[in-house]
Amino acid sequence: MVEEMAHPLSKYSRAAMMPHIWCSGCGNGIILNCFIQAINELQVNLDKLVVVSGIGCIGRAAGYINTNSFHTTHGRPIALATGVKLANPELEVVIISGDGDLFAIGGNHFIHAARRNIGIKVICANNFNYGMTGGQQGPTTPLGALTTTSPFGNIEHPFNLVHLAAASGATYVARWTTLHVRRLTQSIQKLLQKEGFCFIEVVSPCPEIFGRYNKMRTGLEMMEWFKKASTVENFSDPAKAEITPEKIVVGEFVDIEKPSYEKLLHEKIAQINEEALKELS
Amino acid sequence: MTKKRMVLEGAHFINGDVACAEGAIAAGCRFFAGYPITPATEIAEHLAQRMPEIGRIYIQMEDEIGSMAAVIGASYAGLKAMTATSGPGFSLMQENIGLAVMTEAPCVIVDVMRGGPSTGQPTLPGQQDVMQAKWGSHGDYEIIALAPSSVQEMFDLTIEAFNLSETYRVPAILLADEVVAHMWEKVVIPPAEKIKIVNRKKPNVPPEKYLPFMPDDDLVPSMACFGDGYSFHATGLTHDEHGYPQTSSSEVQGRLVKRLCDKIRRNADKIVRVEEVMLGDADIVVIAYGIVARAALSAVRKAREIGIKVGLLRPITLWPFPDGHVAKITKQAKAIIVPEMNCGQLVREVERSAKETPVVFLSKLGEDPHTPMEIVEAIRRNS
Repeated sequence: MVEEMAHPLSKYSRAAMMPHIWCSGCGNGIILNCFIQAINELQVNLDKLVVVSGIGCIGRAAGYINTNSFHTTHGRPIALATGVKLANPELEVVIISGDGDLFAIGGNHFIHAARRNIGIKVICANNFNYGMTGGQQGPTTPLGALTTTSPFGNIEHPFNLVHLAAASGATYVARWTTLHVRRLTQSIQKLLQKEGFCFIEVVSPCPEIFGRYNKMRTGLEMMEWFKKASTVENFSDPAKAEITPEKIVVGEFVDIEKPSYEKLLHEKIAQINEEALKELS
Repeated sequence: MTKKRMVLEGAHFINGDVACAEGAIAAGCRFFAGYPITPATEIAEHLAQRMPEIGRIYIQMEDEIGSMAAVIGASYAGLKAMTATSGPGFSLMQENIGLAVMTEAPCVIVDVMRGGPSTGQPTLPGQQDVMQAKWGSHGDYEIIALAPSSVQEMFDLTIEAFNLSETYRVPAILLADEVVAHMWEKVVIPPAEKIKIVNRKKPNVPPEKYLPFMPDDDLVPSMACFGDGYSFHATGLTHDEHGYPQTSSSEVQGRLVKRLCDKIRRNADKIVRVEEVMLGDADIVVIAYGIVARAALSAVRKAREIGIKVGLLRPITLWPFPDGHVAKITKQAKAIIVPEMNCGQLVREVERSAKETPVVFLSKLGEDPHTPMEIVEAIRRNS
């Protein structure tokens, strides 16, 4: 008799939710794997972890992780997570969502959460398009790229997400591609241990949809592009880190200390109550 | 800190917005997220002062979409949560009100109705969001909405909204109007221990046996919270009793959506509240709610003085609509008069329930609610 062997990390996934919905060659599985490796490494208490996601392919990741999870309306995971984090600051609140969800429909919540410096951790899978709805142009689609809604080439300038995050006030900002598995895992560990609003952009292949229209038909071809174009430049100027066909600057861009919103809030409450108590006595 | 400071007590001369905020505190609201908007801003201002004083959370979000989302998040993390707004903000909240319905997140939304559509008349009253409160988010659902007529009710019904929301795991809307919100009146707040407070059902099974969306006999599932040790998944997608998405099962869709409606419909008798004044021998009935009901009450009294048998039926619960109460009065009434500050909203529900009895609609838009004399005139014409 051969005993059935469980995968050492199987406790982190919800078997009932499998099989996942992602296409072959998609980078979402790599991102999920790196996240699980990171929480395993840190021995994060799953009862105190909350993963929130929005709508899109990667949005399903929240449900695949065997923890407290909430799959919100499109663009709203950061706003919902704000309520979770303030209600119970002991919870580790992580958002795993996509570029369209976080930066088009949800862009306002992103910049304000970063400005407030609320202690939620955002991991963004940037696949340059709306994959789930079949490949429409989005806020990170490169200039000139072909999508189903930019059939003559995209004429909108894309966001440089790390620059946006840094300018909005995030205390930790990094960018990796799904090729940088070890660095991404370490970066997620760092993100989980920092105070305040933290952000990692993961450039991720979408060969079935984005690649199909842009001469990178397989996951391998997209990964080859990442390999060729990526250059690690830690703490370089995020303003100069636009993603181009020739160059994808990866690395850590911001790593600063700043009191989080929830810390300031609870300090303020304690201070007010002390004063109130003095008044009463 | 003394208990007295936590929740106000005794008689106070305050406005409706402040009464609502104090009602929320008395109900055990521990989280408020909002965005400034006339004529609901005073609720946020009052809570920005009061909540930190008593160790509770106030946050001003970037918009009403975010406010509503944060409220759901706080509710899932175990706190009673509320937001307050007016028409334009209420429109923005509709998306996540649908999410709260679908994920059965207890929460309270205060909509202080002003004149619409669009930016409309921010400082003037209206009753134009009645149908939006019921149908504002897409898809089929039932919801609870209460309409206060006085500053005292701004306090009392805010507590009631929390209690109903916690009982049925459904968003409860306090559908106030600008006059009730800005009017100053005496409010009597009973001692905290005399105020009835309802908290959501907690699971009574161990985590491994917990099914987050398995209803009990009352069709309401018990609710664990994030951090309680009952790790579970919640989604706006159609989901089964485990909370797992079932996006291609007609059976699960039917079962879930029907239950979300039925948990309110089948419990409507327990939810619905009305005030009945001089209905006993009335052959004319005025149906009015909110500030308009105050003028209607005055009109009914004046008409009685000149010998007309008229009574007032005041729906306190607008949703679920008190069909039964309206159907009952049709047996005795030869006419029903419905004054509303809109172009005809609740009157349609009245017509639906009244069947053959003629229904007279009195519309009013703009600065002033109906005067008692305008309603007396309508009573006289139909007597």
